[in-house]
Amino acid sequence: MQSSNAINYDYTVAKYFTVSAIVLGIVGMSVGVIIAFQLAFPELNNFFGEYGTFGRLRPIHTDGVAFGFTVSGIMATWYYIGQRVLKVSMAESKFLMFIGKLQFWLYIIVVAVAVVSLLMGETSSKEYAEFEWPVDIGIVIVWVLWGVSIFGLIGIRREKVLYISVWYYIATFLGVAMLYVFNNMEVPTYFVSGMGDWFHSVSMYAGSNDAMVQWWYGHNAVAFVFTVPIIAMIYYFLPKESGQPIFSYKLSLLSFWGLMFVYLWAGGHHLLYSTVPDWVQTMASIFSIILILPSWGSAINILLTMKGEWGQLKDNPLIKFYVLASTFYMLSTLEGPIQAIKSVNALAHFTDWIPGHVHDGTLGWVGFMIIGGIFHMAPRMFKREIFSKKLVEAQFWLQTTGIVMYFTSMWIAGITQGMMWRATDQYGNLAYSFIDTVEVLHPYWTLRAVGGSFYLIGVFMWAYNIYKTATSSKAIEKEPQYASPMA
Amino acid sequence: MFHWLEKNPFFFAVGVFLVIAYAGIVTILPDFMESARPLKGTKPYTVLQLAGRQVYIRNGCNTCHSQLIRPFKSETDRYGKYSLSGEYAYDRPFLWGSRRIGPDLHRVGNYRTTDWHENHMLNPQAVVPGSIMPKYGFMFKKSADLKTAYAEAYTVKKVFDVPYNQPGMPKLGTYDQAKKAAFIQAGKIVAGMKNQGVKDAYKNGDIKEIVALIAYLNGLK
Ligand code: HEC
Repeated sequence: MQSSNAINYDYTVAKYFTVSAIVLGIVGMSVGVIIAFQLAFPELNNFFGEYGTFGRLRPIHTDGVAFGFTVSGIMATWYYIGQRVLKVSMAESKFLMFIGKLQFWLYIIVVAVAVVSLLMGETSSKEYAEFEWPVDIGIVIVWVLWGVSIFGLIGIRREKVLYISVWYYIATFLGVAMLYVFNNMEVPTYFVSGMGDWFHSVSMYAGSNDAMVQWWYGHNAVAFVFTVPIIAMIYYFLPKESGQPIFSYKLSLLSFWGLMFVYLWAGGHHLLYSTVPDWVQTMASIFSIILILPSWGSAINILLTMKGEWGQLKDNPLIKFYVLASTFYMLSTLEGPIQAIKSVNALAHFTDWIPGHVHDGTLGWVGFMIIGGIFHMAPRMFKREIFSKKLVEAQFWLQTTGIVMYFTSMWIAGITQGMMWRATDQYGNLAYSFIDTVEVLHPYWTLRAVGGSFYLIGVFMWAYNIYKTATSSKAIEKEPQYASPMA
Repeated sequence: MFHWLEKNPFFFAVGVFLVIAYAGIVTILPDFMESARPLKGTKPYTVLQLAGRQVYIRNGCNTCHSQLIRPFKSETDRYGKYSLSGEYAYDRPFLWGSRRIGPDLHRVGNYRTTDWHENHMLNPQAVVPGSIMPKYGFMFKKSADLKTAYAEAYTVKKVFDVPYNQPGMPKLGTYDQAKKAAFIQAGKIVAGMKNQGVKDAYKNGDIKEIVALIAYLNGLK
C-alpha cells in the first residue's frame, strides 16, 4: 500500500464546494429560522410584500438546505474523498479538473437562478422539486458533469477495489438522476401555446398519479440526498479520524444492498389514507418497517467501529459530531417507520411531528456529518491546524441543544394538534375549532424557532472557524496522520 | 459476486440501478390508467380558475393548506365528504400538501363565500383572531395573468386531451374568446366584493389576482 503522501492530491474543487456549503448553509438555514419565527409571530410575513411570506420562503429554505448546503457538502466531500480512496489526484487529469471546475461554476449559476425564480413565485409546487423547467435543465447538466467526474476519476484510479464510500457516491449519482428526471417531467406551456410566462410548465401527471410520482421522488430524495451520501461520508471520516477500521465488511455489504433494495418501496407512506391504491399504501407501510434493518445495520456498524475506543469521545470533538450523527440517524430511522404505521400516521400526518422527524435527521445526522466532515478536511486541504478546538466544542454543544429543543417541541406540538383535530365532546361533536388547534402551538413554535437559531449560530461559528483555519491558523508541515483502513 | 462488482464499477452501477429502478415501476405503473380517470361530473378548470390556481401555487398556499380529506369521521365532520381519486383528474400538479398549518381546503367552496374570502385574504387576523395566515393585500393590486392560464389550458387540452369544449364542459376557444368568458365569470365575483380598487380595475378591463383566486376557491367543492 502506498503512503498517501506520495500522491499530491489537488483539493481545488473540494475547497470551492466547501465555501458554497458554508455560504448556502447560512442562507438556507437563515431562511428556515425566519419562517419558523413567522409561524410564531405572523406579523413577520408582511415586511416584503409578496416576497416575504411564509409560502414563498419555505421552498427557499427546504431547497436551499437540501440542494444548496447538502449537495455542496456532498460535492466537497466527494472531491476530497474520491481522490484519496481511489488513489489518484485530480491534478493528474486536466480534463477532470476542468469538469470539476465547470460543474462548480454552473452549479453556482443554477443556484442563483433557482433562488431568484422561487422568490418570484416560479414554482411547480411539488416539494423539493419546486424548480421550473429551465432550472431543472441546469440541474440535470450539473448532475451529468458530476457523473463524468465520478466515473472519470474511477477510470484512472490506482486502487482497484472501490471503497464503501464510493459505492454510496455512485448510488447517490444514479438515484438522484433517476428520481429527479421522472418527477420533473413537465410540459412548458409557452412552447405549446405560444403565449404567457415562458418559465411556466404543467406536470405530465395528474392527481393521484402526480402524487404517487412526487412522493416516490420526495421520499427517495431523502434517501439519496440525506442518507446515502451521508453514509458515504461517515464510512470515510469516522475511521480516518479515529484510526479504527470499519467493524464489519459483511455488515456494510448487507446494509448497502439492503438499503438500495428496500428504500424505493417506502415512498407511499406519505400517502396513507389518500386516494392512491390501497395495496400501494400497505406495501409502503410494510417496507418502511423493513427499512429499519439496513438503516440500523449501517449505524451499528459505525458505532461498533468505536468499540473499545470510546475514550476518544472525550478528547476529540469531531468524534463527538460523528457519533452523535449516527445516533440521530438511528433515532430518525426508527421514528420514520413508526410514523409509517397506518394508525400512527392517521394521527401524525399533516402535523408538526413530521417536520420534527425531518429535522432530527437533517440537523442531527446530515448537518453534523457535513460540518464534522469539513472540519476533518480543513487541516488537510489548507495545511493548517484547526483554528480553535474549543470553538468546535462549544459549537457542538450549542447545536446539540438546539436540535433537542427543536424536535421535542415539534413532537409535542404535532401530537397535541393531531389529538385536538380528532377530539370530540360527549355528544360526538368535534371539540375544537381549527383556530384553537393553531393557537395552542404558539409556545412550541417559539421554542422551535429558538432551537433553530441556536443551530444557526453554530453554523456561523463553524464558518468563522473554517475561515480562520484557511487564512491565519498555524501552518503544519505534515498532514495529521491516523491509522486508517484505506489511505 | 459482490467482490467482483467492487472491482468493476460499470457493472456495479448497472446493478445498483436495476435494484433501485424496479420498485418504482412495480408500484406506479399497474394502476396508472385507472388513477387517471376522472370522476363523473368532474370538470376541468375554467381559465379564470386556472389563473387563480396559479396564484395559489405561486404564493405557496399549499405549504400551509392541504387539499385531501381523509376518510375519518373527524375529518368529514370538519371538512365534508372524503376525497376521491377521480376528483383530481384535472389537477396538474396535485395540491394535497403535506402540512396542515391551516385547515384543509378541498371543499372550502361549500362553506366560505366571496365576501368572506375578500375580508379574510386582506386581513386574516381581523376575521379569525389568532390566525397566523399572512395578509395578502398585494393580490388586490396585482393583475391576474390570464395569458399564462390560457396557455396552460390550451396545453393540457392539446397534449393530454383534457375535454374542454365538449358538451357540459367549459369552453376554451381562442384566447380572445377565453378572455371574454373569464370577464363574465369575474364580473359575478366582483359584484360580490366591496373593494373599490378591484371594482374600478374591472371596469377598466383588468382582473385582479384576488378575483381569480376567489373563483378558484369557490370552485373547490
Ligand atoms: C403560514 C401558513 C398559511 C399560509 C401560507 C396560507 N394560509 Fe390560509 N390559513 C392559515 C391558517 C392558520 C388558517 C386558519 C385561521 C384562519 O381562518 O385564518 C387559514 C385559513 C384559510 C382559509 C379559511 C378556511 C376555513 O375553512 O375557514 C382559507 C380559505 C385560506 N386560509 C386560504 C389561503 C390561501 C388562498 C392562501 C395562499 C394565498 C393561504 N391560505 C395561505 C394559514 C396559512
